[in-house]
Amino acid sequence: MELALDVASWFCLTVGAALCVIGAIGTLRLPDLYTRTHAASITDTLGAGLVLLGCLLQAGTPLVAVKLVMIYAFMLYTGPAAGHALVKAAYARGVLAAGIPEEAQEGERPSESDLPEEP
Amino acid sequence: MDFPVEVILFLFLLATALTVALLEDLFAAAMMTGIFSLLSACLFTLMDAVDVAFTEAAVGAGVSTVLFLSTLALTAQREKQHPFTWFPLLLVILTGACLVTGTLDMPHYGDPKAPIHVHVAPEYIAGAERDFGIPNIVTNVLASYRGYDTFGETVVIFTASVGVMLLLGHRRRRPGPAHRPTITPEGAARMRDFAIVRVVSMGVIPLIVLFGLYVQFHGDFGPGGGFQAGVIIGAAVILYGLIFGLSTLQRVVPSPLLETGIALGVLLYGGTGVASLLMGGHYLDYAVFDSDDPKHGRHLGILLVEGGVGIAVTCAMILIFYSFAGRALAREAFDEGGGGQ
Repeated sequence: MELALDVASWFCLTVGAALCVIGAIGTLRLPDLYTRTHAASITDTLGAGLVLLGCLLQAGTPLVAVKLVMIYAFMLYTGPAAGHALVKAAYARGVLAAGIPEEAQEGERPSESDLPEEP
Repeated sequence: MDFPVEVILFLFLLATALTVALLEDLFAAAMMTGIFSLLSACLFTLMDAVDVAFTEAAVGAGVSTVLFLSTLALTAQREKQHPFTWFPLLLVILTGACLVTGTLDMPHYGDPKAPIHVHVAPEYIAGAERDFGIPNIVTNVLASYRGYDTFGETVVIFTASVGVMLLLGHRRRRPGPAHRPTITPEGAARMRDFAIVRVVSMGVIPLIVLFGLYVQFHGDFGPGGGFQAGVIIGAAVILYGLIFGLSTLQRVVPSPLLETGIALGVLLYGGTGVASLLMGGHYLDYAVFDSDDPKHGRHLGILLVEGGVGIAVTCAMILIFYSFAGRALAREAFDEGGGGQ
């Protein structure tokens, strides 16, 4: 039983770490901000998630396990939202995507006047 | 065997510091200082200084990054080019050499014979259980044995926020219309118009405040205390301001309330000391608060003092943010020819 747990947790840790490395390479190598954010979000969700799962299998006490689950829930909740906010802000500021002609990307940004006014 | 991890972290720290020095894009440099603080926090955790790591992560990686970015909204985003001169480099190398020479005489890291471990520390460790019954020794050293120092630190925070208000001309403006609360310059889209950001932040902010309160009141038992809690609650409020805009935030938390809060926090700390004087003890000697059970009196004293620190730090953080962000807003309005006013 203990061996199986160890194997499972090592598997999770290794795959999680590998995903983090892949995310890091992607962040360095991909051509523009939007694709880079996509690569970085892999580290955020699945990479960190698998590492935390691996730690969870090694957690001795329920208290530690619950804390790890809460950390993961928090990351799962905030990580994508942060990525979303980053990309939206970049898009609104006029950061261009690679591989699409510049003319094709103009005239579709949400400017302040286009946004719905709230009462 | 933690040694290799610390070496790696120190190397990262060095690389980050060099990057900050070499980067000309100040926006990127501000983000790198956040990473620097996060790495420092990791190192502090490895050194078992969880309370310090806590503060470093919350202040360095959280609030001060926001303040840096608010400053960048006021200034240019790129560093000014200066012609290379030898004198500053020589000065820095000389200072660095002096500092390194100074460390040669210091005891090695973790040396049990180091003066700090043989002088007062054994008394503090023994007293924590005997006189206080508090598991977190850091809290009772901070709030009781070193109560004067902590009082000084609280006054420093008070002075700092007063200084920021005076320097940045924190004006008490009447709350503006709700639809012009953007603190993002150049009329960029506002964060509160993005449903996902709004919903997620509304879910997270109460949890952050709750966690801050936990840190405040659990400081006797686990890592934490007034400083950490103040910064965490302050960060939650600043997050609200970043998303919903400064004037919305100022209607929720008006600045007169904050100005009162800072003074009240310092007053609560100092007043606890005066109360102990009046009850016949020394200044900040909490044992007199309960003549039957000195331990209980000390618990009460630490609770009051930490409460004062928490209130002062929370209000100072938010008020400093107001000063920076309000300045950026005022300038933006000026640049637009007073538009929107």
